[in-house]
Amino acid sequence: MIVHFLIIVPILTILIMLFVQKQQVIRAVALTGAIIQLLVVINVLWQYVLNSDMTTGNVMLQTNVMWFAPLNIHYSVGVDGISIVMLFLTALVVIAAILVSWKEEYLTKEFFVLLTLLALGAYGFFISFDLFLMFFFLELAVIPKFLLILNWGSGNKTYSATKLVLMLIGASAILFMGILGIYYASSNGSPSFNMLTLKDSGMVYHWQLIFFPFLFIGFGVFTALFPFHTWVPDGHSAAPTAGSMFLAGISMKLGGYGLIRLVTMLMPAAAQFYSPYIVLLAVIGILYGAFATMVQKDLKYMNAYSSVSHCGFVVLGIGMLNPVAITGAVLQMISHGLMTALFFAAIGMIYCRTHTRIIKEMGGLLTYLPFIGGLFILAGLASLGLPGLSGFVAEVTVLVGSWQLPFLPYRIATIIAAASIVVTAVYILRAAGTILMGNTKANHFDTPIDARWYEKWAGVLLGIGILIVGVLPFLILKIISPTIHYWQS
Amino acid sequence: MNEGLLVILLLFLPLVTFVVNRLFIGKKWPVLSGYLATLILIITTLLSVVLAWQYYFEYGKINGTYALFIPIDEPWLSFSNSLSINFTILVDALSVMMVLVVNIVSLMVHIFSLAYMKGEDRYGYYYAYLGLFTFAMLGLVLSGNIFELFIFWELVGISSYLLIGFYYTKPEAVAAAKKAFIVTRFADFGFLIGILLLGSLSNQFDIVQMVGSLTSQQTLTQGAGTSFIGLSALTWACLLLFMGAAGKSAMFPLHIWLPDAMEGPTPVSALIHAATMVVAGVFLIARFFPIFQLDGTVLTIVGIVGAFTAFFAAIIACTQTDIKRVLAFSTISQIGYMMLALGVDDNILNPHLGYTAALFHLFTHAFFKSLLFLCAGAIIHAVHTNNMLEMGGLRKLLPVTHIGFLVGCLAIAGVPPFSGFFSKEAILFAAYQQHKWLYAVALVTAFITSFYMFRLYFSIFWNKPVKNEHTHEGNWLIKLPLLILIALVIVTGFIPFGNFISANGKPLLLPMHIGFSVIPVLLALLGIVYAAILYFKESNVPASLENSFGLVYSTVKHKFYIDELYQFITHKIIFNGIGNASAWIDKQVIDKLVNVSAGITFSFSIAIKKLQSGKVQQYLLIFIVGILCLFVLFLV
Amino acid sequence: MPEVLQKILWLSTALFFIGVYGMLTRRNMLAILMSLELMLNSVNINFVAFNKYLHPEKLDGIFFFLFIVTIAAAEAAVAIAIIIHLYRYHKNIDVGETEELKY
Repeated sequence: MIVHFLIIVPILTILIMLFVQKQQVIRAVALTGAIIQLLVVINVLWQYVLNSDMTTGNVMLQTNVMWFAPLNIHYSVGVDGISIVMLFLTALVVIAAILVSWKEEYLTKEFFVLLTLLALGAYGFFISFDLFLMFFFLELAVIPKFLLILNWGSGNKTYSATKLVLMLIGASAILFMGILGIYYASSNGSPSFNMLTLKDSGMVYHWQLIFFPFLFIGFGVFTALFPFHTWVPDGHSAAPTAGSMFLAGISMKLGGYGLIRLVTMLMPAAAQFYSPYIVLLAVIGILYGAFATMVQKDLKYMNAYSSVSHCGFVVLGIGMLNPVAITGAVLQMISHGLMTALFFAAIGMIYCRTHTRIIKEMGGLLTYLPFIGGLFILAGLASLGLPGLSGFVAEVTVLVGSWQLPFLPYRIATIIAAASIVVTAVYILRAAGTILMGNTKANHFDTPIDARWYEKWAGVLLGIGILIVGVLPFLILKIISPTIHYWQS
Repeated sequence: MNEGLLVILLLFLPLVTFVVNRLFIGKKWPVLSGYLATLILIITTLLSVVLAWQYYFEYGKINGTYALFIPIDEPWLSFSNSLSINFTILVDALSVMMVLVVNIVSLMVHIFSLAYMKGEDRYGYYYAYLGLFTFAMLGLVLSGNIFELFIFWELVGISSYLLIGFYYTKPEAVAAAKKAFIVTRFADFGFLIGILLLGSLSNQFDIVQMVGSLTSQQTLTQGAGTSFIGLSALTWACLLLFMGAAGKSAMFPLHIWLPDAMEGPTPVSALIHAATMVVAGVFLIARFFPIFQLDGTVLTIVGIVGAFTAFFAAIIACTQTDIKRVLAFSTISQIGYMMLALGVDDNILNPHLGYTAALFHLFTHAFFKSLLFLCAGAIIHAVHTNNMLEMGGLRKLLPVTHIGFLVGCLAIAGVPPFSGFFSKEAILFAAYQQHKWLYAVALVTAFITSFYMFRLYFSIFWNKPVKNEHTHEGNWLIKLPLLILIALVIVTGFIPFGNFISANGKPLLLPMHIGFSVIPVLLALLGIVYAAILYFKESNVPASLENSFGLVYSTVKHKFYIDELYQFITHKIIFNGIGNASAWIDKQVIDKLVNVSAGITFSFSIAIKKLQSGKVQQYLLIFIVGILCLFVLFLV
Repeated sequence: MPEVLQKILWLSTALFFIGVYGMLTRRNMLAILMSLELMLNSVNINFVAFNKYLHPEKLDGIFFFLFIVTIAAAEAAVAIAIIIHLYRYHKNIDVGETEELKY
C-alpha cells in the first residue's frame, strides 16, 4: 500500500501548490512534500526489510491492477533492492534541489510545480514493473525539463533546451519501438508489458538480438552513452541549478536503471551477445569524457563532461554482466547522483556570488567562502575517487567486477577505465586549485557571503549521503546485492 | 590490555582529532585544538609503546619466531565469498615497528608545531590534517587487506595534498600539492591494477592468505602460465606494485613531486615527506616481500632503480641552495638506499640481510631525517629564509639546533657511532655480497651524501662570521623535540634490529665487520673534509668551481630538466594534444552530427512549407483537380 | 428522364462550373463570394428539378433548397462581415494581399 504514496504525495503536493499564491507558502509546500516523500521512502525501505528476509531480493510490495484491458496494460508497481536505493537517491536530490532554489523569485509556483512533476516522473519510473507504465513516467520526467531550462536557464538556453528534449524524446521513440517489439515478440503468446512475466517467459533469441539495440540505445542516451552524450554538456550548463542537479543526479540514472533491468531481466541472452560492444562504448566514453573534461573552461561544462566519464562506469559495469560489476554500476549511480548534485549545487552557489562560471576568472575563493569551497572540495574528492567517499567504493566495485572475467580485451578495458582516475584527479585538482586557492581576484565579488542556511542544509544532506555510501557501503550492498543475484540467476 | 582494543584506540584516536578539529573546534578555538591533538598523540604514542613492548617482549614470539596476529577482521565491502575488502588489522613485527616510528615522529612534529605554527591562520585545521595523516599512516601500516592498504594509501595521499597546500593562497604551494597528488595518483593507478591482478591470481585480497596462496607451488605455476607481453602475470603484478611504491617513495622517474612538496610547512615535511609517508613504498615492498621473492627480475629492477635514484638524487642535492630542497633530495637518495637494500636481498648467501637492512635504514632514517627537517624548521623560523646562501654563522644563535643538525648530518653521512652508520653499513654489506656494481654505486653515493650534507651544515652554521642579531631559537616547545630526536639518533643505532625484524621472523644477526667498514667511513670523512675545504670559510672557490663545470652544473641544478620534460608531456601532449583534441572532436564532429541531423530536418521542412502557400484558391484548385481525378478513377 | 430535366441539368452544370471558374480566378473576395453563390444556386436548381420531375409526390428537394438558401444567406452575412472588416484594416479585399497568417 505504501508504495502508492510515492505517486500520490507528489501529485498532492502539486495540487496544493496550484492553489496557493504566496511565494513563501509555495516553497514551504514543495519542501514539505519532498520531506514527506523521503519519509515515505524510508517507510518503504522499512517494509521491504520486514517483508523480505534480505536474501532473496525478490520484488516486494507489489500491486497489479488492470489499467487498459484491450492492450493488457497494467498499473503494476513494486520495489526491489535496486529501486529502493534509487528512490532514496531521488528523495535526497529533490530535497537538496528545492533547498538550493529556495530564493527563486521568478515564477516561483511554476518552478516548484515543474520540479515536483519531474520528481513524480522519476519516482514512478523507479517503482513501475510494467513497461508501458515505466515509459509513461519516463516521459513525465523529460518534458518539464524543456520548460525548466527555457524559463529559468542561462546562456544559450533555447538551443540547449531544444537539443536536450529532442534527443531525449528521440531516444524515447527508439525505446518505445523496442518496448513494442518486446510486447509483440514475447514468446508466451499473449502480448504483455509486465517485466516480471517477461522475465519468466523469455524471448526468442533472434528477436532479442533485433530489439536489444533499440532498448539499449534508448536507455543509453539517458545515461550519456558515448556517441549520444552531447545533450549532457549543453543541457546541464544551460539549466538552472536545481535543474542541473535533477538532470545529472536523477535523469541520467533513469537510463542506467533501465539498462540494468534490460540486461538482467528482459534480454539476458542478447546482452551476452552485445556485451563487447557495450564495453567498448563505455570505455571510450570514460576516457574520452575525462580528457574532454580536462580542457573545459566553464565549471558547469566541466562537471557535465565528467558526468559523461563517470556514467561510462555505470555502462561498463552493466556491460560486464557479472553480479559484482552490476552492483558496482548501481553503486556508481548512487554515488554519481549524490556527488554530481552536490557539485552542481556548489557551482550554483559560487555562480550566485561571483556571477561567472569561467574557471580562470576566479581565484582564492576559499578565503571568502569556506563552506561552499568545502562543499566543492568534498564533491571533487568524491569524484576523483577518494576512499571514504562514495566514488571510490563504486569505481572499485566496478573495476573488481570487470576484472573477474578472464578475457584479455575486457581486462584491457578495465585498465583503461582505471586510467581515468588519474585524469579525473587532474581536472578536479586543476579546477579546485584555480578557483578556490591561489591569489584572490576579489574584484569579481559583489556579495562575498558564505552559504546561507538553506544552501548549508542542501550541501550537508548530500554530503552525508556521500559519506554514508563511502564509509558504510556494506549497508547498501545488503539491500542491492540479493536483488542483483536474484535477477542474474 | 586487549590487543584488539589497544590497536583500535591507537588507530582511531587521531581520526577523532581530525573530525573534532576540522568540524567543531578548529575554527573557534585553534589553540585548544593544537593542545588537544598533541594530548591525543601523547596517548597514542604511549599506547604504541605498550603495543611494541607487549608484542616484542611478551606475546609476539612463538617458538623463537615473531608470529603475526589478526585481532580484527570485519568485512567492509565483499564482492564474493573469497574476494572481499575487509577491515583487517595485521599485527606483526613489521607493522608494530612502523606504528612506533609513525607515532614518535608524529608526536615530535605535533609538539614542534605548537610553537612553529603559532598564530598561523587555520592553525586548528593544520592539526586536523595532521590527525588525518597520522590516522591514515597508522591504518596503512596496520592493514591486513591489500585494498584496505590501498584505501589508507590514498588517504595519506590526500592528507599530504592538504598539508602541502596548507598555505593555499600561495600559487606555488597549490601547484606543488597538485603535482604531488597527481604524480602519486599516476603511480597508484599501477598499484590498483597490480591489486586487481594479484587478486585474480590468488582469488584473495587478504594479505596473509594472498601471500600464502601465491607462495604455494600450485598457484605459482598457474600464475606463471598466463603471460602478457612476454612477462608472467606475477611479474606484472610485482612490477605494478613497485610502480605504486615508486610513486609514493619518489623513486626515479616519479621523484619529481617530492622537492616541490617542500612548499608545505616544514614540520609537515619532517613528518610526511621525510620520515613516514615517503617510506610507505619501502613498507609496501617489505609487506609483500614473499611475493617479490618469487620473481627475481622485479627485485633486481627494484635494486637498480633504488641505486640509480640514490646516486642521481645525491648529485642533484649538491647543487641546490634551498635547504629544504637539499634535504628533500637527500630523502630521495636515502629511500633509494632502502630500495637498493630490498633489491639485493637474497636468501642464499646471507639470509634476508637486505630486507632487515632496508627496514633498519627506514627506522634510523625516520629519526635523523625528521631531526634534520625540524632543525631546518627552527632555522627558517629564526632567519625567515630558505636559502642557504643567505645564512651563515648561525652556530651561536641557535646552539641546540646546531647540535641537532650536526648530529643529523653525521648520522646521514654514516659516521659511527650515530644510527645511520649501522644501517648504512648493513645495506652496503648486503649489496657487496650480491651485486658488486650496486655496491660501488652505493659507496660513491655515500661519499656524495656526506659532502652535500656538510656543505649544507657549513653553509648554515659557519661560512660567515657569527652574527649578533636578536634572532632567537624559540622556546622549549621547539627545543624539546630536537633534544628527544638527538637522543634517539644516538641510541637507535645500537638496537639489535635483526632480532626484531627479519623476513622470516627469526632473529638475524646484522654482520658488523670492522674491516669492511673502513672504506665507507673513510669516504664519509673525506666528504666532510672536502665540504669543509670549500664551505668552512666564505670564499669564492665554490662559485668558480660551479663556473668551471658550466653546462654540467646548470643541468644538474635544473634537476636534469626532468620537470621540464614532464611539463612538456603533460601540457603540450596530454593537455593540448589529447584533451583539446577530444574536446574538439566533441564539438566539431559528434555535436556537429547532432546539429546536422537537426539541420537536415529543418531544411526539409523549409522546402516543403512552400506547399502551404496560404492561397485558398490554389488549395481549391488542387482540391477540385483531385476530386476530378478520383471521379475519373472510379468511373473508369 | 424527361427532356426538360436534362436541359435544366445542363443549365445547372453550366452555372456550377462558371462558379468554380470564378472561385478559382477572381482575386476580389466579393467576386469569390458571388461565385460561391452561383455554385450553391446551381445545386438548388438541381434539387428543385429532381424533386419536380422524378419524385413529384415528395417535398424533400424543396426542403433542401430552403436549407441551402438559409445557410447561403447566413454564410453571406458572415463572409461579408469578414470582408468589410478586412477592408477596414487593409483598404483592400484582394485575397493575395492578406497573408498575415501565412506559415
